Amino acid sequence: MDSESLLLSLELASGSGQGLSPDRRASLLTSLLLVKRDYRYERVLFWGRILGLVADYYIAQGLGEDQLGERKSLYSLNCMEWSLLPPATEEMITQTSVVKGRFMGDPSHEYEHIEMQQMTEGDRTYEDEVVIQIKEESRLVAVIDQIDKAVAVIPRGALFKTPFGPVHVNRTFEGLTLADSKKFSSYFHFAEPVELKNKSLLEKADLDPSLDFLDSLEHDIPKGSWSIQMERGNALVVLRSLLWPGLTFYHVPRTKNHGYIYVGTGEKNIDLPFML
Amino acid sequence: MEVSGSPKPEESREEDKQEKQKEGAKEGGQPGEVAPPSSSQGFEPKVADSLKEEKEPAPEPQSGGGTAPQSPGSGGRASGAPSAEPDAAVSPAAPSEPGTEGPPQLKPNPQVLAPPAKSERDIHEIPMAGEPHPSHSEQIPYERESTLYLNAPQESSSYGNLAEQPESEVFYRDESTSNSDLKPPERGWKQKGEPEPAAPSKLEIAAQNAKAYLLKKSSKSGLNLYDHLCKVLTRILDQRPENVVDIIENISQDVKKAHFNKKLDTLQDEHEIPLAYELAEKQKALFLQGNLEGDQEQEDEIAETPLPNIMESAFYFEQAGVGLSTDETYRIFLALKQLTDTQPIQTCRFWGKILGLEMNYIVAEVEFREGEDEEEIEEEDIIEESEADEDEEDELPKSSYKGPQVIPKEENRTGANKYTYFVCNEPGKPWVRLPSVTPAQIVIARKIKKFFTGRLDAPVMSYPPFPGNESNYLRAQIARISAGTHISPLGFYHFGEEGEEEEEVEGGQDNFQKNPDFEGIQVTELVESLSNWVHHVQHILPQGRCNWFNPTQKDEVGEEEEEEVEDEEEEEKREEPDNIEQEVGPPLLTPISEDLEIQNTPPWTAQLSSNLIPQYAIAFLRSNLWLGAYVFSDGKKFENLYIGWGHKYSPDNYTPPLLPLVQPEYPRGLEIMETDDPTVDEEQAFQVAQEKTLFESEKTEETEEEEDDDDEDEDD
Repeated sequence: MDSESLLLSLELASGSGQGLSPDRRASLLTSLLLVKRDYRYERVLFWGRILGLVADYYIAQGLGEDQLGERKSLYSLNCMEWSLLPPATEEMITQTSVVKGRFMGDPSHEYEHIEMQQMTEGDRTYEDEVVIQIKEESRLVAVIDQIDKAVAVIPRGALFKTPFGPVHVNRTFEGLTLADSKKFSSYFHFAEPVELKNKSLLEKADLDPSLDFLDSLEHDIPKGSWSIQMERGNALVVLRSLLWPGLTFYHVPRTKNHGYIYVGTGEKNIDLPFML
Repeated sequence: MEVSGSPKPEESREEDKQEKQKEGAKEGGQPGEVAPPSSSQGFEPKVADSLKEEKEPAPEPQSGGGTAPQSPGSGGRASGAPSAEPDAAVSPAAPSEPGTEGPPQLKPNPQVLAPPAKSERDIHEIPMAGEPHPSHSEQIPYERESTLYLNAPQESSSYGNLAEQPESEVFYRDESTSNSDLKPPERGWKQKGEPEPAAPSKLEIAAQNAKAYLLKKSSKSGLNLYDHLCKVLTRILDQRPENVVDIIENISQDVKKAHFNKKLDTLQDEHEIPLAYELAEKQKALFLQGNLEGDQEQEDEIAETPLPNIMESAFYFEQAGVGLSTDETYRIFLALKQLTDTQPIQTCRFWGKILGLEMNYIVAEVEFREGEDEEEIEEEDIIEESEADEDEEDELPKSSYKGPQVIPKEENRTGANKYTYFVCNEPGKPWVRLPSVTPAQIVIARKIKKFFTGRLDAPVMSYPPFPGNESNYLRAQIARISAGTHISPLGFYHFGEEGEEEEEVEGGQDNFQKNPDFEGIQVTELVESLSNWVHHVQHILPQGRCNWFNPTQKDEVGEEEEEEVEDEEEEEKREEPDNIEQEVGPPLLTPISEDLEIQNTPPWTAQLSSNLIPQYAIAFLRSNLWLGAYVFSDGKKFENLYIGWGHKYSPDNYTPPLLPLVQPEYPRGLEIMETDDPTVDEEQAFQVAQEKTLFESEKTEETEEEEDDDDEDEDD
């Protein structure tokens, strides 16, 4: 959700029961403005919060000129002092995928993971237990990256691709119509497209190259990993991800209000097929 | 703008050379000079350029006056391709007055105009641009609105190539090309004499899409832009007014006004009623003042209303960062009022909200007044024991297997059925009463994990089969969540001295009351020590009840299923037939510090709501076992709330329960085994033996007969 319209966004996304306390709201409004100034971001998004056992991580993201360009993530424990997180690497993601359970809420906390490694000594090979230390900070980075790639959502038409290549916020976006807001095909993943390159020419034929440059939600695997609800009659569309429970996307049809927020434990729901 | 010698793609190297050559000759063009177009640059100029260059005479020699011809087209670039940033012009027109803060050094490139080499233009590739400089926009006084525009591909080709260079160069280069806009804009569209690229399909499709878009009818007026433009142009060509371009807007307006719109009559005007209106109509009933009776009665009502003040608790929960939006809370408040007005309710509580796939559930926990409990309409658990006593001569053996013994459910107002629950999907919709919960449902619900759909009559498809539909599953989950996460500060409740229910409850008394002498606990203590919090809802045993039911009372062998229970503070117990131990859970009002950990995860997280103003903060607990269960307490008041998906947390993945054991067959014993067929020898021996006996019997018969004869003779 945009940091500038934070209060309205929180109100709209509160159907899932997760909000922010008044002091957190006030401090976010203050500190995100300073983050925007100090880091020279074009836009600052309040990304959400990851619930730890001891403390919570509040996550914000800074966007530059290009909306699909590199996003910088920042975390904070008290909503005032923000620290920049390193970009996620493949190695980080594979390394932290072995860690299960809840976040602690302490970035310097180290998980211990025991791995069997083959050691060779002369001509003998034997397996040895190696204890690997994984920092919670890198796990945080990996989880944020995975969530962004898997379930960050924007409505169709909110961004457009300029002929130069960068993707910009569409200022003429007037919101989805009521009919469109009930379809998954009118929502896109807010991440670099993966599926789009695999589409055949026939499928691409009807796409508008300046708007349809992202993957839509309707081909997500497994089918049914999203819950779409019209709340307050038809005045509000809420999408909740079931793959990463805690991610809520809201959009008010016919207006520009849209955004997503993640409030959860930072764990993927692998039991999804059993639960549908 | 400085022309920096930063890393350059190939195209810019040439230019670099040129610049070096020129530097002696020209001491920097003054700002305001427009560089004539140069075609020696590495990128291919547009077709239009080539056309124009052929027509144009050689560029005028630079007069030092600095008055450059203003290119009419350069300002109008906005009508061409959209610029990348809304407020940073990519190709500013050269300022007409020296001294404006334009780019300081724009080096003119007077070049011998050579017709550009015609190379293939890949008009479909739009390469990625580097990041534009943020300060770019501040230096340029020209601000243009970028318009979203289906740009002509010819434009994008040259821009695309430009975009690959560092932006300062783009700028510079662009200066030189911006002159090429000294052409009527239609030129760019006409590509005569240029061989078409051999892949027009994309273009055609884009054009068709654009036309289809223009043909899209407006939902308000029923017009479409395509027809409108046709009409406007027709009218202009018919009337031939002067200075059309100035009055085009008026013409367009006139055409719209003159448009004759025949309204089609239909038999019935169909009014599509959006859902929002229906819901608003329903919710309007919540806001209407319900009962206007005497003042006396109202005062009585106010004195003892069962309605909870959920706005107050919502305020406290909001301090902790939990809860629904204010208007939704108030609607729930009104819906609860509606519920308490219509039902004979003693106490009422807002239990929470359970999220579903299609709709959510708002749950209210009520206790009826004594004796006014409405009879539930429920399908009774009919234990069908078909005892067909068919007196046949040889009765086939019947199945001796009796299923696992059905454990009766607890009575209303006791155990897991102590409270009654009402749910509704949205405030304003009617409340639905959930059925009471049976132990079997709880036992099965512990083994499955399903999302709620939001429809109470939806079937629950699961293994093991769930006895009931979603309303039963919802009720079972509510019972489990309540038993696990409803806690209160130590001392708030105590066991009543009087009026204990006469029940033999092993797990402690079932009955507690509010402690009138409750002093309150310091908030900091509530946060620091979890032993200041106690459960005030009975623990549910692995059997699925709160109070132990001994299944051996009726059956000699009550075979209980082995239950794998992961509920709080419960250990797995293997129940041997014939020797059923009584399951005992922790008694009521047990501190939560004794709750079991889930694999190194503490079951509760306690926090102060605010670290900035600790003297007015409240204590706030979050359950890690049932994510979404919260408790606050300010020392005197407390409240529990659950908002979430209604599932239990476990760090491991859900695994379906194992299949039941395969039943062993009969052991090979005497009843199963048969003897071999008799052999001939045996039969012969048997025959001999038989004959022997026959012979002997005959002998005896003969003697008897003789005797008889003798007797007869004697008689005679």
